[in-house]
Amino acid sequence: MPHDASASESALIRDETRRRWSLALPALTVITLLSIAPLAVMVAYSFMQAGQYAGVEPGFSLDGWRAVFFERDFFDDSLIPATAHLSILGRSIALALATTALTFVFGIPTAWFIATRPQSSRGFWMFLITVPFWTNLLVRTIAIQEVIRADGTLNRILLATGIIDEPLQMMFTNGAVLVGMTYVYLPLMVLPVYAAIEKFDFRLSEAAYDLYASRLYCLRRVVLPLMWPGIIAGSILVFIPALGAYVTPRLMGGGRAMMWGNLIDLQFGQGRNWPLGAALSITLTLVVLGALIWYARRAAKGDQANG
Amino acid sequence: MAEKRFDVTHVPGAALIAGVTFLALYVPVLILVVNAFNGGDTAGQWEGASLRWFAAATENAAFRNAALNSLIVAATASSIATALATMAALAVTRGRPVKGQGSIFVILNQPLLVPEIVFAIALMIVLAQLKQATGYQGLGYMIAAHTTFCIPFAFLPIRARLSGMDLTLETASMDLYASRFYTFRRVTLPLLLPGILAGFMLAFVISLDNVVVSSFVKAPGQETLPTYLMGELRRNLTSEIYAISALLLFASISIVAASWVVTRTKE
Repeated sequence: MPHDASASESALIRDETRRRWSLALPALTVITLLSIAPLAVMVAYSFMQAGQYAGVEPGFSLDGWRAVFFERDFFDDSLIPATAHLSILGRSIALALATTALTFVFGIPTAWFIATRPQSSRGFWMFLITVPFWTNLLVRTIAIQEVIRADGTLNRILLATGIIDEPLQMMFTNGAVLVGMTYVYLPLMVLPVYAAIEKFDFRLSEAAYDLYASRLYCLRRVVLPLMWPGIIAGSILVFIPALGAYVTPRLMGGGRAMMWGNLIDLQFGQGRNWPLGAALSITLTLVVLGALIWYARRAAKGDQANG
Repeated sequence: MAEKRFDVTHVPGAALIAGVTFLALYVPVLILVVNAFNGGDTAGQWEGASLRWFAAATENAAFRNAALNSLIVAATASSIATALATMAALAVTRGRPVKGQGSIFVILNQPLLVPEIVFAIALMIVLAQLKQATGYQGLGYMIAAHTTFCIPFAFLPIRARLSGMDLTLETASMDLYASRFYTFRRVTLPLLLPGILAGFMLAFVISLDNVVVSSFVKAPGQETLPTYLMGELRRNLTSEIYAISALLLFASISIVAASWVVTRTKE
């Protein structure tokens, strides 16, 4: 009786589905309660009124969101652009893009170098890239801080060799934040680009050469397109944590070269404007999600195009 | 054929930039480690090698307390996260894709999709309410927070290992009337063990290194090694800070090296 057979089969599938979901349930519950629900609370807080000293007071308000972009003029109470916030958001985007560009400049040749080593030694070079990736970000930031601080290693060398007469003040500038972020996020660029180059069949470039392509033409038209997915992945991997960075700009930039993450922290601390802090948090999250979705769409399209 | 007529792999300058990159990655860390062994009183003024700052750190009660907290949190959170991630990985890899599988993946990776500072502050808000309601102030909040962001990290290698294992052995065991649980314990688990170990180690390192979430979730006076370091940095760079940094560095490098060996040899 086919009808019964299919009925019992669908019961089996239902059973299987329930069993498998219940296996995943504990992990899903923890993440829902401790990550998704708090984020929902954050969204709710961004639409509430600021408490007098901290926290929020019940009641719908768009003040938090308005404060992201505008502030009240001190004299005539009109709305003017919140230049202090906007310049910090602009700096964060600019610094995150510059970090991506710098990790690109150093990361691509490094990935290329590793991928063109003999098979036997590639593991060693990749190990050298992954070790910093898994070591403490705070410790690595302290390490780079030691190099460029006023009485740090670089200044001492420059003073001793007589190149400069007084120490260069490099800390607490945009440049210091940029150097710090490039230093800590560089491995994130090398890893995916290496993975893309390693898959590359170098006989293709020989074929191009046999067809009278110049070296430059070959790099540009044959090698680069195949590296492109790795480069995009690396750029996303660097740009996203750089945009939301907190530790590195705090140590390298201090109060003078603040970034988005530090501005959020400020609103929940000394600034005491929780709705603004929440609105800034949600905006940052949306920008990051937007970048990720753009990347996922792109990657899916790339997969289709490749077959 | 030995004639090398064209080699696109030879790009002039690539090796040079790669050299600069490797030096730039490692020299600052080496300087930090050297500074940790400095015998002098002033940070950065070299006066011969010595272990005195390591000794000073280990005699410092605040450091010992922070180190103990770090170990408790990392060990507990990564164990729970690994157990939960293993179950979730079994749910999404054994047999045909289950209904709603896509949403399981999205939820499991959700902590990684949100900027860490946002995750940390959102959790701080919710846990502050909970602290007030229950009166409990202990390490439990920190462990819960770390468990949450460790799950996706533990999940990665476990799922990778599971999707590389086909179902034949498990099917065979079930065909021979082994129970589901017996099959899991005697067939699936031993095969999966390297993945579980790698996942546990990753989660442990991620928890041990975390500074942002810990510093927002911790109760006043409750420190882990990274939050203790962060607090000390507000004062001045001392050789003791370098010594503690070096200790953290050694800890994570040895765990990473161990997990590298585990995943390499068992493949």
